[in-house]
Amino acid sequence: MADETSPRQAALHEVVQDIPREGRCFEIEELSVAYAGKTALSGLNLYVPRHRVTAFIGPSGCGKSTLLRAFNRLHDLNDDVDRQGRIMLEGQEIHAPEVDVADLRRRVGMVFQTPNPFPMSIYENVAFGLRLQAALPKRRRDEVIEWALESAALWDEVKHRLHDSALSLSGGQQQRLVIARTLAVQPEVLLLDEPASALDPISTLKIEELIRTLKSHLTLVLVTHNMQQAARVSDYTAFLEGGELIEYGATDTLFTNPRLARTENYITGRTDR
Amino acid sequence: MRKLLPRRRLLIEGPGAWLAAGGVALSLLMVLALLALIAGRGLAHFWPPDIEAVTLVSGERFAGQPVREQGLPGQASGSERLYRTGNRDLDGDQWRWVEVNAIDTRTTPEDLVIIERRRWGPFIGRLLRLEGPEAQWTASDGAALWRELEERMARVSQLRHERDALHNHRLEPLAEHVDDSAMSPSEEDELREIKARILALQDAMQRDHVVLESLSGQRLELSLEALIEVKRPNAMSLLAKLASWGEGVWRFLSEGPRAANTAGGVWPAIFGTVMMVLLMSVLVTPFGVLAAVYLNEVAPQGRLTRLVRIGVRNLAGVPSIVYGVFGLGVFVYGIGGSLDSLFFADELPSPTFGTGGLLWASLTLALLTLPVVIVATEEGLARIPDSQREGALALGATRSEALRRVVLPMAVPAMLTGVILAIARAAGEVAPLMLVGVAKLASQVPVDDEFPFIHLERKFMHLGYHIFDAGFHGGDVQAAMPLVYATALLLVLVIVVLNLTAILLRHTIRARHVVQAHR
Ligand SMILES: Nc1ncnc2c1ncn2[C@@H]1O[C@H](COP(=O)(O)OP(=O)(O)O)[C@@H](O)[C@H]1O
Ligand SMILES: [Mg+2]
Repeated sequence: MADETSPRQAALHEVVQDIPREGRCFEIEELSVAYAGKTALSGLNLYVPRHRVTAFIGPSGCGKSTLLRAFNRLHDLNDDVDRQGRIMLEGQEIHAPEVDVADLRRRVGMVFQTPNPFPMSIYENVAFGLRLQAALPKRRRDEVIEWALESAALWDEVKHRLHDSALSLSGGQQQRLVIARTLAVQPEVLLLDEPASALDPISTLKIEELIRTLKSHLTLVLVTHNMQQAARVSDYTAFLEGGELIEYGATDTLFTNPRLARTENYITGRTDR
Repeated sequence: MRKLLPRRRLLIEGPGAWLAAGGVALSLLMVLALLALIAGRGLAHFWPPDIEAVTLVSGERFAGQPVREQGLPGQASGSERLYRTGNRDLDGDQWRWVEVNAIDTRTTPEDLVIIERRRWGPFIGRLLRLEGPEAQWTASDGAALWRELEERMARVSQLRHERDALHNHRLEPLAEHVDDSAMSPSEEDELREIKARILALQDAMQRDHVVLESLSGQRLELSLEALIEVKRPNAMSLLAKLASWGEGVWRFLSEGPRAANTAGGVWPAIFGTVMMVLLMSVLVTPFGVLAAVYLNEVAPQGRLTRLVRIGVRNLAGVPSIVYGVFGLGVFVYGIGGSLDSLFFADELPSPTFGTGGLLWASLTLALLTLPVVIVATEEGLARIPDSQREGALALGATRSEALRRVVLPMAVPAMLTGVILAIARAAGEVAPLMLVGVAKLASQVPVDDEFPFIHLERKFMHLGYHIFDAGFHGGDVQAAMPLVYATALLLVLVIVVLNLTAILLRHTIRARHVVQAHR
């Protein structure tokens, strides 16, 4: 154990040093998460750089989703989850008592693996988050909704049918609608948990394009099991396995020149270890 | 909109399949037979059958409507026929069994009448004369007699209407007021004047008479005030009979019962049943939904919650009479008794809420149907995928906002399913109602134009109890039987209509709120 820990820490150290402190959106220290006593993440340390796309890759069940759901405290809902360690968003501990969870979740938006539009109209889906906050005049709300749909590259497809049911959209459109409704409340961070895994190649491409454009004003965290996708859209990539962070670095470096054999094996698809 | 995969099924062949199909056919046949029986017997009741003038071999004559025929008891051959002969005041009974062999001739003369009367049931025989103060008409006047009769009966019902209005809107409020305080001279005058007018109206109603004669030769003189309806079924065309049938059905639906529930209509019972079911739905829905939300969305899913859930499910199996006893003990005597001693002390010892009534009956049935609503709502909540809840929370909704804006609207169809099941169960319950507020005969329906308009403390009539009472407590079983069938048919129809309303409501809501399918 001990001899494996030190090179990994060293590898991480190198990446961390690349990112100036003011460029760090999330800082995670010694994060451990367990489901009903079963460890899913153990002692994680990592930074998420601001206005960049960070990808989490790793075999299924390694704890990617668990990590992502820690960022917006979705684990709070589950009484069986035990969390240790600290998560800082822009320098503030998100578990501090003065933090309002609802406000945190508005700042840290999340898109799930399966599109989950509400069974309402397209318009109402995007307006949902807005209606939770101080009432906007209808004119202003309509503007925000148009802007959000535009940002999610969906406006042209739905502008004539805003009051149709959201469930009448295709899977790819639904996922972009979910992104639009998240963007409407103007988050600082967007968490994407395998957002394209249920979609066809064309829809996947659209989502990837979207991710690239959004990073100009958002911090994005992308979980994916698709290595090409991580390589295509992310600036940094973290490789997790068995609930631990194995390697984390600039995407180019990690894919072309991984430091550890475990990473290389995973990237190249070799399973012999 | 969403495609359904073809269902995969186990295909059984051979005797197993026949057995299964036979089971379905048998149940279907039983339901259809049941409906056909009550519909046939119930609806036939309003058809005006011809009146036969029967001459027996012995020379005796009588008139009556044939009801049914059966074999002679204890004999291999021969049969006897039941006639409805009316004239209970003249003959002592309005039914007569006659051996078919003893009948000499049967004819259907057109001048035979059947007259529904306020007392003594129907009269069957001939109308000899109509006597007014200024003139009289006999059978030889033909159509003029019948026209005159119709006009004069309309006059009587107009007078009756005036009298009732005077009684209900002038006399009663005044008398009530006078109960509370001493009468002033002007009030005394008013009271005297109203009483005099009522008496005058009653005299006027007695003005005209008919002279009737039964086929056995007995004569009878009746004031028009005592008649409800005069019909000559033998002279009626098929169309006229059909109209008379429709009128009969309408009067059954719109009028109150007469003759100890063995004649007349069932309007108060329809009204009471529907009111009680609606009130029950209004009471049970919020409680059931709150309980289901707590069990499914709020409570930690531990052993205790599971235990409570099992308990709730088993409550649905408790016999309804047990709920009746509970309602009587807790609602009527407990809560109702305390209400009386707190707020209606000056009415005591006559109870206001401390006796069975609409409110207590509805509450008891709400309790009875609570498990059904809880279970159905819980199943609906459990079907909503977690991704919907997380989607709302991830947008910055608090738990209660996610519940109110996403989860509950999606669960509305399931809640309505619960209410539909509750209605289906509650509308047919009779046993518990007998303990907590149903009445054999309620003089007032629980809703009227008197403040506060809905009188929750009043006793009410119920179709289910009406069936029981008319069928088994009335003196005249033969007369009550068709009414029992008709009321049973009506009860089924009322339940169907109530359910259809709820189903339609659910359908509309579902169309608006398409529930996302699992993927
Ligand atoms: N709600 C849960 N309850 C119990 N165990 C869970 C739950 N969610 C995930 N796990 C377990 O935690 C581990 C990590 O899961 P997850 O983060 O979903 O993996 P990934 O997203 O990388 O596939 C797995 O072993 C999984 O079985
Ligand atoms: Mg996952």
